[in-house]
Amino acid sequence: MWLLRKFVPMAAVVILTGSLAAQALSSGPDTTVSADRIAQLQQQVADARSAGDNAWMLVSAALVLMMTGPGLALFYGGLVRKKNVLATMMQSFAMMAVITVLWALVSYSLCFGAGNSFIGGLSHTFLRGVGAQPDTDYAATIPLQTFMVYQLMFAIITPALISGAFAERMKFSAMLLFMSLWSLFVYSPMAHMVWGKGGLLNASLGGRFPTLDFAGGTVVHITSGVSALICALYLGRRVGYPREPMPPHSVVISFIGACLLWVGWFGFNAGSALSAGSLATSAFVATHFGAAAAAIGWMLAEWIRNGKPSALGGISGCVAGLVAITPAAGFVGPMSALTIGLIAGVVCYIMVAVVKARLGYDDSLDAFGVHGVGGTIGALLTGVFATKLVNPIFKNANGSALPSGMMDGNFHQIGNQLVAVVIAIVLAVVGTAFILKLVDLMIGLRVSAEHEVEGLDLTQHGEEGYTWEPSLP
Amino acid sequence: MTKLEAVIQPSKFDAVKDALLEIGVEGMTVSEVRGHGRQKGHTEFYRGREYTVDVLPKVKIETVLPDRLVNQAVQAISNAARTGKIGDGKIFLSHVDEAVRIRNDERGETAL
Repeated sequence: MWLLRKFVPMAAVVILTGSLAAQALSSGPDTTVSADRIAQLQQQVADARSAGDNAWMLVSAALVLMMTGPGLALFYGGLVRKKNVLATMMQSFAMMAVITVLWALVSYSLCFGAGNSFIGGLSHTFLRGVGAQPDTDYAATIPLQTFMVYQLMFAIITPALISGAFAERMKFSAMLLFMSLWSLFVYSPMAHMVWGKGGLLNASLGGRFPTLDFAGGTVVHITSGVSALICALYLGRRVGYPREPMPPHSVVISFIGACLLWVGWFGFNAGSALSAGSLATSAFVATHFGAAAAAIGWMLAEWIRNGKPSALGGISGCVAGLVAITPAAGFVGPMSALTIGLIAGVVCYIMVAVVKARLGYDDSLDAFGVHGVGGTIGALLTGVFATKLVNPIFKNANGSALPSGMMDGNFHQIGNQLVAVVIAIVLAVVGTAFILKLVDLMIGLRVSAEHEVEGLDLTQHGEEGYTWEPSLP
Repeated sequence: MTKLEAVIQPSKFDAVKDALLEIGVEGMTVSEVRGHGRQKGHTEFYRGREYTVDVLPKVKIETVLPDRLVNQAVQAISNAARTGKIGDGKIFLSHVDEAVRIRNDERGETAL
């Protein structure tokens, strides 16, 4: 079937061009009309090829947005206490609105405009030059506008992930300011370095330390996860932590959110192929297998340690696996994906259930434990398991594929992966610490202890999440 | 008139309700409460953190009875709610000064 889809447009061009040429030769000397017609037909063929890619990419963009709302909103929302459920969901939802505007005004340009090795330029501010024409450096078969809006969804979810670290104690106003500055000064440089033209770490466009990061293990998960840790340390523990029990108010809601994340992640990873062909399929499969193996890994670890596998453990495991497979999705085979997932599930469980308690910091919803650690595992293992058989990303001058990762015999790649990991960590630590201090000085980060005890839904938003008994005012 | 408060296991509620109806008790107020006597709770795990839940779900039945029915009611409730294990619950009795039927302002035992 895919053979037909690939060759029918080509065959159409050949037949049409041939028949036109025959017509031109037989009917007379008016060749300018034929040349125009040929150009027109070539455009139609290009449009036909683009239609599949563009349809998939628009769906992928929608799937990634769904990951934030309601996926992450529900996942995080269910994990906090009832009095903070709306505030927690708002921390994701607000990103959908605020980051979008920032993106349109300036962030897209900073990420994907031509600039230097570290940051893009201002050529695309206000989305100038972002229209129906593809940018062949990024994605040759889809409008640049599709690429822009797809990338926007990544820019939205990345800061939203950080909110897990400061859940139940951050002021809404401070959160908005912090996230906006973080998006500009931490996300944009990292995205540019890995995915932007001229980026230091860009594997496809000749970066100095070409890093294999298919869908954002470094750009999204390490930056947000490490930033989350800094936030947790700077803001300090919640009132009453860890003596007072603060179990999730609804694992059911988190469950729904996690499953939406799993499904949405197909847009996140497979969509990063930026086309609808076999690479997207490969990434789709790797994503799914990574999630499955990680869920099993986490549950097994829990079963052994606590005697029972929990639902929360299952869904936490699958998210850890999805995080770890994110950089690897378009570079590794299915068996490698299972391996990466299994490792991430077990290691992230240990991080969350053992290490965090020992170290005593209050990363409320385990943003660092799952995204920071999972992303690092995934980024490094990508250097191990990447193979040219799945994605011949490195080519020599003749166009033949060069080894990708350790599995192909390229032991150098894991070094590049490490460079990207370190850059992500340093950028996150320095950038986040600086922005936190700035926002704290300007308007203060944390709500008062009284407001924290009363609950953020009431004190920040004037609402209650659930009013089951409307008869009692 | 005597007020009877019974705190029982939720799973025994249907049996207790039927037993009270059988002896002629026509009114009761039921609430879902939490509590414990000597019964221990259980532990739950969320992401590796252990939570001890020691306030357990119970059902509280409140009813005001004419004095002649009190002993029968206590027997009926105990027999219906008893399992023999810790956590079966308790019954408390107290004196009631007055009862009023809101609909027609009847007072005393006829208001029950």
